[in-house]
Amino acid sequence: MGIKEIQEEIVDEFSMFEDWMQRYEYMIELGKSLPLIDEKYKTDDNIIKGCQSKVWVHAELDGDKLVFTADSDAIITKGIIAILIRTFSNQKPQDIIDADTDFIDEIGLKEHLSPTRANGLVSMVKQLKMYAIAYQTQLN
Amino acid sequence: MGFVWVLIFKMEKTTFNPTVIRKDFPILNREVNGKPLVYFDNAATSQTPRQVIDVIVDYYSNYNANIHRGVHTLSQEATDKYEQARIKIQKHFNAAKSHEIIFTSGTTHSINLVANGFTSILKAGDELIVSAMEHHSNIVPWQMLCERTGATLKVIPMNEEGELILEEYLELLSDKTKLVFCNHVSNALGTVNPVKTIIDAAHKVGAAVLIDGAQAAPHIKADVQELNVDFYTVSAHKMCGPTGVGMLYGKEEWLNILPPYQGGGEMIAEVTFEKTTYADLPHKFEAGTPNICGGIAFGAALDYMNAIGFDEIAAYENELLEYATERLLAIEGLRIYGTSENKTSVISFNIEGVHPYDMGSILDKLGIAVRTGHHCAQPIMDFYKIPGTVRASFSFYNTKEEIDILVEGVEKAKAMLL
Repeated sequence: MGIKEIQEEIVDEFSMFEDWMQRYEYMIELGKSLPLIDEKYKTDDNIIKGCQSKVWVHAELDGDKLVFTADSDAIITKGIIAILIRTFSNQKPQDIIDADTDFIDEIGLKEHLSPTRANGLVSMVKQLKMYAIAYQTQLN
Repeated sequence: MGFVWVLIFKMEKTTFNPTVIRKDFPILNREVNGKPLVYFDNAATSQTPRQVIDVIVDYYSNYNANIHRGVHTLSQEATDKYEQARIKIQKHFNAAKSHEIIFTSGTTHSINLVANGFTSILKAGDELIVSAMEHHSNIVPWQMLCERTGATLKVIPMNEEGELILEEYLELLSDKTKLVFCNHVSNALGTVNPVKTIIDAAHKVGAAVLIDGAQAAPHIKADVQELNVDFYTVSAHKMCGPTGVGMLYGKEEWLNILPPYQGGGEMIAEVTFEKTTYADLPHKFEAGTPNICGGIAFGAALDYMNAIGFDEIAAYENELLEYATERLLAIEGLRIYGTSENKTSVISFNIEGVHPYDMGSILDKLGIAVRTGHHCAQPIMDFYKIPGTVRASFSFYNTKEEIDILVEGVEKAKAMLL
């Protein structure tokens, strides 16, 4: 499934929720349930320092697709990471470079991906794209 | 009109009534995420009463002009009001002279001004002493000063309660000590530090002392002469004034020794390409067009708070602190950081197993504004080995009902997150 389709699927899922509490509860559930990153990749090199929560990202190439794993010490941040990973992981680098994250707004979690929010997520998305650019160059 | 206000304030002085006071703050009527705003981020910035907003509107509506230079009426009116504000600040902090009050953009600017001034005074081998519970703004400028001069930085440690260990401080003092700097009240913990003792001990070895009063000024009326402090810094926006303005109090003898911080207009006596001579105090440190409106509004904020009365404010805030402490501690797994007997109305806390960012995000959804994170005091977080805390800071316009909403919100967030 392409990035756009996955994003539409997520928007669909979230449309079932009636209020912010249900959305947050789902996010927290996602955050709790997903084993996101191998402990050995939780290194200082892979850390993205937000002002408040730490975010780790690891990327590796599988064929012509890029696989991301990531984690955070804050559970809501981790829930959003789970959504972002579902969207961007196992995709071609060029598709990741071209993709946007506007769907986060549609599912009512815009504030967490606001550039002024000090949680490391904005830097994380930037980092995912940087990896995609780097690996795209490698594939060329 | 002014007389009527004074009368109303005088009446309120005897009967402190938060319901009446809240009417002065338009922002407290707004909703956040569909819920009435509960504003508990007062230690970051306080809200602004109508009386101060009116002064800002009046300035831009009626006498906006550049000061000190113009001969026209508007310039004269603005200059008079600005200099009147300086005198209000002088009186409030009981400075001996009005030119010992330097307008700055806030505490950070004030500290940088002093740290920069000491560059030519310090030499390699000199020592500076800082407390373990400083805001980054009272650490980094001094580290930069150390890099420039070769001086070294020593740290007064703190105990688990979040209090400075004075015995260790006395050990650190020596004839090498040139400067001691410490906050009056810790922004992250609320601890009120024994600044008089710290100042007296530093003076015995001939060191100068800078006290960062940013967090104290909204709660405690400091008397700089009684403290015998060399420098005292304040930000207006933490005490009902606007952002971008504050003050540096400096003893005249020190301000005469320190060189100017920035060059420009306003701070000169005479300029030729061969040599420039500097203006007298306070203008020597006030290069460029200042935040004129901000300075005047700072004065209005002091008027507003003094009309209510700092004793009344402190007594009521202490009541809020005790009530909130008791209610929050009843929540299982909640720990308060900063448990000194002597603290202002600030509660820094965590729930075991809950990241402060998650707690803050959910409280925001409930219309409750708290601060989360390291509060620009990473050494304190390192001391407790935590990534940060949730900080609720109360002001005199907050209520016990709002604290109930906070407690309910924390319970709700805890149930969701654990």
